[in-house]
Amino acid sequence: MEGFWTKVALRIWVALILLFLFIPILLIFFYAFNTSNIESWPIPGLTLKWFTASWDDAEIRTALALSVQAGLAATALALILGSSAAFAIHRMTFFGRDAISLLFVLPLALPGIITGISLNAFFSFGGFPLSFWTIVVGHTTFCIVVVYNNVLARLRRSQGSLVEAAMDLGANGLQTFRDITLPLISTSVVAGAMLAFALSFDEVIVTTFTAGAQNTLPIWIFGAIRLGQRLPEVNVVVSFVILVTIVPVVIAARLTGGGGAARVPAAPLSVEA
Amino acid sequence: MRSTKAPAMWVRLGTVAAAAVIAITACGSNASPGGSTAAQPPTAGMKPPTSVGAGEGQLNLIAWEGYVDDSWVKQFTANTGCKVNAKYAGSSDEMVSLMKGGGGGQWDMVSASGDADLRLIYGGDVKPMNTDLIPDFKNFQTYFKAPGYNTINGIHYGISLQWGPNTLLYSTKKFPNAPTSWSVIYDPANKGLVTVPDNPIQIADAALYLMKTQPSLGIKDPYELTQKQFDASVTLLKQQRPLIKKYWGTAGDEITLFENGDVVVGAAWPYQTIQLKADGKVAVADTIPTEGATGWGDTWMLATNAPHPNCAYLWTAYVSTAKVQAEQALFFGETPVNTMACQEMESLQAGSCAQYHADAPGSYFNTIKFWKTPIATCPDGSSSCIPYAQWQTAWTTITA
Amino acid sequence: MAVPTTAGRLRKNRGAAPLQSLFWRLPWLRSALLLTPPLGWFVLIYLSSLVLLLVTAFWTIDTFTTQIVQVWSVDNFTLIVNEPAYRLIIGRTIGLAALVTFTDAVLAFPFAYFMARVATRRTQTILFAAVLLPLWASYLARVYAWILILNHSGILNWSLQSIGLPPANIGYTIPAMWIVFSYIWLPFMIIPTYAALERVPESLLEAAADLGAPRWRALLDVVLPLAVPGVVAGSIFTFSLTLGDYITPILVGGAGSTFIGNVVYSSVGIANNVPFAAALAMVPVAIMAVYLLIARRLGAFEAL
Repeated sequence: MEGFWTKVALRIWVALILLFLFIPILLIFFYAFNTSNIESWPIPGLTLKWFTASWDDAEIRTALALSVQAGLAATALALILGSSAAFAIHRMTFFGRDAISLLFVLPLALPGIITGISLNAFFSFGGFPLSFWTIVVGHTTFCIVVVYNNVLARLRRSQGSLVEAAMDLGANGLQTFRDITLPLISTSVVAGAMLAFALSFDEVIVTTFTAGAQNTLPIWIFGAIRLGQRLPEVNVVVSFVILVTIVPVVIAARLTGGGGAARVPAAPLSVEA
Repeated sequence: MRSTKAPAMWVRLGTVAAAAVIAITACGSNASPGGSTAAQPPTAGMKPPTSVGAGEGQLNLIAWEGYVDDSWVKQFTANTGCKVNAKYAGSSDEMVSLMKGGGGGQWDMVSASGDADLRLIYGGDVKPMNTDLIPDFKNFQTYFKAPGYNTINGIHYGISLQWGPNTLLYSTKKFPNAPTSWSVIYDPANKGLVTVPDNPIQIADAALYLMKTQPSLGIKDPYELTQKQFDASVTLLKQQRPLIKKYWGTAGDEITLFENGDVVVGAAWPYQTIQLKADGKVAVADTIPTEGATGWGDTWMLATNAPHPNCAYLWTAYVSTAKVQAEQALFFGETPVNTMACQEMESLQAGSCAQYHADAPGSYFNTIKFWKTPIATCPDGSSSCIPYAQWQTAWTTITA
Repeated sequence: MAVPTTAGRLRKNRGAAPLQSLFWRLPWLRSALLLTPPLGWFVLIYLSSLVLLLVTAFWTIDTFTTQIVQVWSVDNFTLIVNEPAYRLIIGRTIGLAALVTFTDAVLAFPFAYFMARVATRRTQTILFAAVLLPLWASYLARVYAWILILNHSGILNWSLQSIGLPPANIGYTIPAMWIVFSYIWLPFMIIPTYAALERVPESLLEAAADLGAPRWRALLDVVLPLAVPGVVAGSIFTFSLTLGDYITPILVGGAGSTFIGNVVYSSVGIANNVPFAAALAMVPVAIMAVYLLIARRLGAFEAL
């Protein structure tokens, strides 16, 4: 329908936007190999020394360990809570359902700083010292949303008749769940878990307000950028974080069938259609 | 997403439950003396230990950048087994905030400056320390054994560390001759090339400048300002605002600004000058102009709920030794409180003892207007001076 | 050995069925049990912390010790309304959020149009993944990348100078923040716009052509109005995320880049004035509530 020159112009536009989106990310990977510790362009040479330097730095290793542990804990909690919420909402039809749906979206709909300072006020009011567990509580709260969205989207797409057919054939609730429901939603559960972990690993705004003397990797990065002393190591760590947050998302997308272009979710809260 | 008129029963119940929780656990606020320094601080009754036990293996410090450098920390960890975890705060306000709740059970010590000390002490966030446990204490200059900002009614709420001035840092390319007045950072000719700390206490620096340039205002002490003197200082800073490229929050911010060529002059600590000279990317120097300078006297204070008190005492004893005092003084560009440090400084860098005035504190000391918390009570006894909370709100309006 | 019959299996299963039959008779019970833990979490932790924040906004602090004084007052709100500096900060935040939203809408529309109406199925999938990828790459990493690009010796100035132009000194300025925000939130705008454009039936455009409308007319009168819900849905994200951000102003902004988020952040972490931070935080919440109502009117929620 569109004219030839329109299509050419559109193609050029798309190419430019793609360059705009990807060049900054690729640049970071380049800088991670920079021999110089001055962050200027062009890069004088390539080296792996900053990778070993970063690994040798105890602060970075501790922060990495903390990020991984917090991510795993938050994801595990979010899986349980998010999935059960999705199941419940899928079956319920009472009038408060929309309010609860809204509630479950709130942690991602409200700016992160509001969630951060609310939790901070809550912890200090309740006398809970800031610690690893307060970080996990903060992360779990928005990770639940991601798992919930993914599982709910898959439940809505799956055929309820399968479950009924299984029960007609004599399977009890547990068997139905194990043999029918679980395989149906398993990929969306894993996808939700991957997304939740990626979200938790990269999170800095809420974590700033819920962490005590601990550093997660993003908090370390933020501090290191401002102190300005160890920018080469920051390049390496930042490249690493990009990979760790992208890879689970790619896996999640593959698990849910890759395409997803049939019915596109507008809100990128899930990779589910 | 359709919203319903009546919130779900669950939501209503939850809100009621939450409100009930809040009501039940509401605790009264601590009554504070509100600035009177004669009253006894809340932790005065806590008796410090009489001996230092074995290190707990970890030490969490809140410090100024440059105060916890590997060049002396590594040896400390090797000696005591205490691994040091430092958080760098950009201002005294940040230190006070981090230390609330007696350090929150997280932080052991804070290297607080004079303008934070009284707030920490009267907030009950730091507790008394036993000076007998610090072997080098007897070598401290007399004034720094019990200065008014960390010793109240004979009780020591920390051990003095080092002290120094806020300097005027400038690019030698733009200013081949050292500027003689703070006017360069208020000069419209330097529009977009100036940086000053993002810290409400900067109002005192403006007041210090006005002490000399507008004597009719009658400012005697830049921290004790009447409304008229305060407004004049704030106006000066608002006029300065278009000249500022960026207000620096951490020393690292300022170093980056100078190295990028974004600024050519600014208010700084000696630490930035030393770092910039070491990096060698841009030629700088610093000076103290004729109007004088504000400065800071720092104290290592022990958090009321410190989880690692033994490591804390071991650390304090370590940084009070002449050798480490000299190393830190040279690294940051400040003056040690230990009188024996002068020799060490000379052996590390000839002429440094005189350069940092470690040997002649009296006269030099009196030229520096040390940071202290502005309170409502004026020197003449009236209550018309501007307290610090108003400095903070005024600062937000200046930098907006 | 008896052959297991359907009847036999049913008899066996019935023994394990009392719980199941309970759920069958009271279907809401299973949902309630499933819902209680997550809902409990949300109400007891998240909702009550939001309520606590709202209550805190009406308290003040003791000025010397910064302890919270739990006496009801609206001082914080009157301060925000009366003080010109806060009005300036709020105005600046809203203004830049609107500018970023507009920029992203302009950047996203042709891209989404190509994806929805010109690209083949396979290209669609690839582009969709390509847009999603930067979105999930670390936020802090992408802001940091722009610091490297925009600084004096970064790639931007190098590129300009290599083609003979003077260097752009946009480090630590509002334009720098505008670029960075537009970059970071762009995928949030592309995806809903694409979704909305994809749903426009081809038949409508054919009908418009049959009625004699030139292509640009069809675009303006048919496609654009149908795409608006998608653009508005995307704008919810770009607007709200810019409104609450404080990290980009700190890293990329200079003097005069203070956002609402920065004042909130420094009120909590530096001035230890949580009541004031809470009061100020209510401003973006209120703004987003209004924005969401308008967005709902424009049909954005169906496009989400």
